[in-house]
Amino acid sequence: MPVYNQNRSRIIQLIFIAVFIVITAQLLNLQLFSSEYKIQAENNAIYRKVVYPDRGIIYDRKHRAILENTVMYDLMVTPNETKGTDTITICTILDIDIAEYRKRMVTAIIKNTSYKPSAFAPLVSREIFARLNENMYKFPGFFLTERPVRTYPYSAAANVLGYVGEVDTTYLRKHKIDGYQMGDYAGITGLEASYEKILMGQRGVKRSIRDNKNRIQGSYENGAFDTAALAGRNLYSSMDIELQQLAEKLLGSKIGSAVAINPKTGGILAMATSPTYDPNMLTGSERRKNYGRLVLDTARPLFNRAIKGQYPPGSTFKPLGALVALDEGLITPAYGYPCGGAYLSCGRPVKCTHAGHGHAATLRLALANSCNSYFSQVFRMAIDNPAYPNAQAGYLKWKEYMNAFGLGVRLDVDLPSEDKASIPDTAKYNRDFGGYARWNSCNILTLGIGQDRMTATPLQLANAMCFIANKGTYYTPHFVDSIENETIEDTVFMNKYRRNHKVTNISDEDFEAVHMGMQDVTEIGTAINAKINGINICAKTGTAQNPHGKNHSIFVAFAPRENPQIAIAVVVENAGYGSTWAAPIASLMMEKYLNDTISAKRLPEVERISKADLIPAAIKHWYYAKDSLRLAKLAKQLDADKAPTFENTTDTKKITFDPEAEPNRNDDNKGDSNKIKAPLIKPDEKQLKNPIKKQ
Amino acid sequence: MSNSSNNSISKGVDWLVIWLYAILVCIGILCIFMVEYDPDKFTAGSFFTFNTNYSKQLLFAAVSALIAIFILLSDSKLYTAFANLFYVFGILLMFATFALGKDINGSKSWIPLGGGFNLQPAELCKIFTALALSKYLSRLDTDFTKLKSQVIAAAIAMSPAVLSVLQHETGLALAYLSFFIVMYREGLPGVILVIGFSFGALVIATLIIAPNTLAIALTVIAAATIYFLRRQVKRNRQLLIVILGAWVLCVGIQRFAVPYIFNNVFECYQSQRIYNAVGIEYDCSQNSSSKNLEAGAKAAKVPDDYNVRQSKIAIGSGGILGKGFLKGTQTRGKYVPEQRTDFIFTSLGEAFGFVGCFIFLVLYLLLLLRIILIAERQRSAFSRVYAYCIASILFFHIVVNVCMTIGLFPIIGIPLPLISYGGSSLLTFTVLIFILLRLDADRQMVLR
Repeated sequence: MPVYNQNRSRIIQLIFIAVFIVITAQLLNLQLFSSEYKIQAENNAIYRKVVYPDRGIIYDRKHRAILENTVMYDLMVTPNETKGTDTITICTILDIDIAEYRKRMVTAIIKNTSYKPSAFAPLVSREIFARLNENMYKFPGFFLTERPVRTYPYSAAANVLGYVGEVDTTYLRKHKIDGYQMGDYAGITGLEASYEKILMGQRGVKRSIRDNKNRIQGSYENGAFDTAALAGRNLYSSMDIELQQLAEKLLGSKIGSAVAINPKTGGILAMATSPTYDPNMLTGSERRKNYGRLVLDTARPLFNRAIKGQYPPGSTFKPLGALVALDEGLITPAYGYPCGGAYLSCGRPVKCTHAGHGHAATLRLALANSCNSYFSQVFRMAIDNPAYPNAQAGYLKWKEYMNAFGLGVRLDVDLPSEDKASIPDTAKYNRDFGGYARWNSCNILTLGIGQDRMTATPLQLANAMCFIANKGTYYTPHFVDSIENETIEDTVFMNKYRRNHKVTNISDEDFEAVHMGMQDVTEIGTAINAKINGINICAKTGTAQNPHGKNHSIFVAFAPRENPQIAIAVVVENAGYGSTWAAPIASLMMEKYLNDTISAKRLPEVERISKADLIPAAIKHWYYAKDSLRLAKLAKQLDADKAPTFENTTDTKKITFDPEAEPNRNDDNKGDSNKIKAPLIKPDEKQLKNPIKKQ
Repeated sequence: MSNSSNNSISKGVDWLVIWLYAILVCIGILCIFMVEYDPDKFTAGSFFTFNTNYSKQLLFAAVSALIAIFILLSDSKLYTAFANLFYVFGILLMFATFALGKDINGSKSWIPLGGGFNLQPAELCKIFTALALSKYLSRLDTDFTKLKSQVIAAAIAMSPAVLSVLQHETGLALAYLSFFIVMYREGLPGVILVIGFSFGALVIATLIIAPNTLAIALTVIAAATIYFLRRQVKRNRQLLIVILGAWVLCVGIQRFAVPYIFNNVFECYQSQRIYNAVGIEYDCSQNSSSKNLEAGAKAAKVPDDYNVRQSKIAIGSGGILGKGFLKGTQTRGKYVPEQRTDFIFTSLGEAFGFVGCFIFLVLYLLLLLRIILIAERQRSAFSRVYAYCIASILFFHIVVNVCMTIGLFPIIGIPLPLISYGGSSLLTFTVLIFILLRLDADRQMVLR
C-alpha cells in the first residue's frame, strides 16, 4: 500500500507530545509552585487532639488532699451506629422519655455530625453508670468515656478552692498565648484560678489522620510529631482542713466570715465565708442547675466575704489606733484619759460603755474596757500631731499607717478578686465638708473607734492581728506554702509571700502593753466567754454599727500571747455584740487549732452556735417566697393529675420548669403566689429547704 | 499463507509494548491498593481473597493475561474477517443494554453478569468500532478523499457514541470522538480539525469572556480580515461572503447557541463542571432542567466542585517527591471521591509527587509513540488504521482523565487506561492492545 499522508503521522505525534507537555506544566504548577494545596491537605487530614493531663492536687498543712481528681463517665453516642439500640431500656435507665431521647440525638447530630461521637448524657451518676455498664451490649453506638473531674472529700472550702469550668470567649481572649481552645476546662475562681498554670500541667498534642467523615484512621507519622502531656503539679497549702470545716460549721445559718492566719508564716489556716456551698455541687451532672441556684441566691453563697466583704471594724480597730500613737511617740503605755462615760471635747458626745472612774487610766486598761473616749482622744492626737502643719497632713500620715497595716489596700493574697475595702482619702472628706481643710479631727472623730467611712475585710482584720502578734511585722497572707517541683518562675512568684513586712518601730515593751490590754479583754473585759483554759488569748471585740440593720458582731484575736500561733478575725453580720457570736466562734476555732481538739465541755457550744440562725429577715423572706412558689406549683400539678381536665396539654406542660433556676420567669402562677401574705419570719420546717444549709 | 507464527507466540511480537503494558497494570493494582489500604485490616492474604478491589483487579489482570495469550495464539486473519460481524454484535449488545441494563451511578449502561460482575457494552464496543473502522478504511474500493466515504466512516465511529449518550454515559461517548484522529491520519481534510479547534476555542471564549466584549472582538477580527484581504476580496466576491458568513456564524454561536445548550440541553451539573474547568461559577438557576426540578417537590441538590478541589489538593500536596507509598493522608482519609476508578491518578500524584507523575506520563507517552511507530511500519492498511485507533483511544482516555484530575478539563467519567479499577475497562484495553500486537506480529503478511 502506498504510504500517503505520512507527514500527518508527525503532526499526530507532535500533538501527543504537546498535550503531555501541557499536562506536565499543570502538574508543575500544582505540585511545585502552589503551597496552598499542602496546607489544605493538612487541614483536611490531620487532626490535632489535645491530651489533657491530670490537674494538680491541693493538700492542706498536714498533707491531706483537700481536693482530688476522680473519674466520672460521659455517655457518648455516635448517632449513625445506633441501629438496633434498645431505646426503651436506655430511656428507663436515664429516666428520660422517647421525645427527649430524639431531641438529644438531633442535638448530637447538629453539634458533631452523625459520624462523630458526642455527649448524650454528660457526667452520669455512679448508680446510673453501673446500670448502663451492665446493659451496654444492648446499646450499639453508645459508649462510656472517662472524664476526670474534681472531687472534694471534705466538702469544704468551696470559695477558697474555687471551681473548674469550661472556658468562655472572654477567657480565651484574655489567655491567647496559653493555648486554650473552646471546650477546655480552666480554674474559674479561687486557688484553681490563681494557680491555674501550675495545676493545669502541660497539655500534650496527638496528631492523627482522619478521613472524609472525620473518623480517626490512625496516628500521623507514627506519633513523630506528638508531644506528651505533663501532669499538673501539686500545691501544698497552709490550710488546716479540719479547722476550715469547723469554721464553716460554726458559721452555719449565719452570714459572715472567719479568717485564721498563722502569724509566723502568713499562711492562712482557714478562710470561711457563709453562706457557702458544697464544692461537690459544681462538679457532677447537676453542675449547671446548681450553679444557677447559687448565682441567683440573694444571700450570695458564691461571694467570698473573707476577701470581698467590707465591714466597719468597730472597736477591733482600737489596738491599731493605739499603735499609731505609740509609733509616733504621742503616747506611752502609761497614758491615761479621764473618761466619764462619754467623749465631750468635740461638742457632740461620743458615748462610752463604761463610766467608772479610772477605766482608761492606762493603755492596757483602756483596751481591756474598750474605752471610746480614750481612743477618740488618741485618734485626735494623731491627726492634730504638732509635727504636721494641719489636720489634713496629719490625716494623710495616719492613712499611710493604715495602708502599711494592710488596711485600705489589697494584701495580695493568692486568691483572685480580693477587695481592698476602704480607708477614705482626704478628697472624700473635702467633698463631704465642702472644701479643702474645711474639716478637722473632730469631724472624723469616729474613725478612731473604727466607724465612719472606714471599712476592712475579715482578711485584713486577721492580718492586723498577725502583726500585733508579731510585734510589728507580718507576712502577706497566702494559702500556698510550696509548689511541687518549684521552678525559678514559681519562686519569684512565691517570694512575695516569704518576705517579712515591718510596719512599726514600736519597742517590744510598748507592744507588751497592747498585748496585755488585749489579754485582759478575755480575762476581765468584754470577751470573757472566749477564754480557753490554759491559753492566754489576746483579743478585741467589736460591735460595728452599720447602715444595713443590726450591728455586726466582730471579734479579732491571737493566741497564745507568749508565742502566737494563730491570729483570727470573725465577722457575723447583723448579729449584735461582738462577744455574743463572733467571740465564741473564734475561741472554738483557736482551741481546735492549738489543742487539736475541742474539750468535751465545750462541744455542746459548738452545736448551739452552729444551729443558731442569724440570717436577716429579708433573706429569709426571699427563701420563703421561693419555697411557697414551688409548693404552689406542686399543688397545682397534683390537682391536675387527680382531676381530669380539658386543659390543653401543652399549657400544663409549661409549668414544669424549675422555679429556682428561673425565679424571674413570667408565669400565670406567679400572681397567685404573690397574693399569699408571707410572714417575715418563715416557719421552722422551711429551713430544711434552705439551699445554703449544707448536708 | 500458513500460520507459521503459531509455532512460537513470541516470534515477531513487540516486547516493549508488552513490558509497558505489564508495568502499567502493576502500577494500577498498586494504586488501587494504596486507595484501599487499611493498616488494621491488611494481611498479605488479602491480595487473594477477592473481596477487596485490588485483589479483584488482580483477578481481572490474570483473566486479561489469559485472554492476551489467547489472542496472541489466534489467527490475525480472524480480526479482519469478522470485523463487521463483531461491530454488528456490539451494536446489538448496546441495544440490549436498554432492555437488560442496570443502573449504576445514574447511567444505565451495564449488563449484570451475575456474581457481582457487570459488563459495560459501550467499553467493548470500542474494540469492535476500531476493527470495523479499520476494515472500512482499508477496503480497496474506499476512496477516503470522497465526502461519502468520510460520512460513512464517521457514522461507523459515531453510532455507538450516540447509543452511549442515550444510556447517560456521556464520558464514554466522548471517547469515540478520538476516532477523528484516525480519520485525520487517513486523509480527512485538515480543515475539519482546524474548524473543530476553532469551534472549541470559541466555546471556551464564550464561557470566559463577557458576551458583548466577545461580539465586538469577533467583529473587529472580521473587519481586520476583510481589510487585509481587500485585494483578494476585490478579485473574488465569494471570499467576502465566506468571511461574513463565518462572522455571523461565530456571533450566532456565541450569543445564542452556547447559552442555549448550557441552559437547556445540559443538566445543571454538566454545565457546572464545564464552567468549573475554566474557573467560573455557573448559576444553576438559569438551567431549565434544574428549574424543572425545583418546580417539583424535590429541591435541586447544589453540586459543587468538591471532586476537583479534593483531587487538586491530593495531587498538589504530593510536592516534588510525594509523601511515599501508602503515606498519602488524602488517600487514606478517602477525601477524593471515586478515587479507585476515575480519580486513581490522584493517589499516584500524592504518593510519588511530581517525579512519580512525570515518570508515569513518560511511560504512557512511550507506549503511545511506540504504537504510532508500529502503525507506520505496517504494510497492511487495516493494521495501520487499527494501530492508530488504539493510539487515539488511549491518548484520549489518558489526556481527558489526567486533565480532569488536575482541573484542566471538566469532569467526565472516563477511566485511566490499565490503571483505573474495573474489569471491563482493563479487559477492553488488553484486547485492543493485544489484537494490535497480533496484527503487528504478522506485519510481513499483507492483509489487504
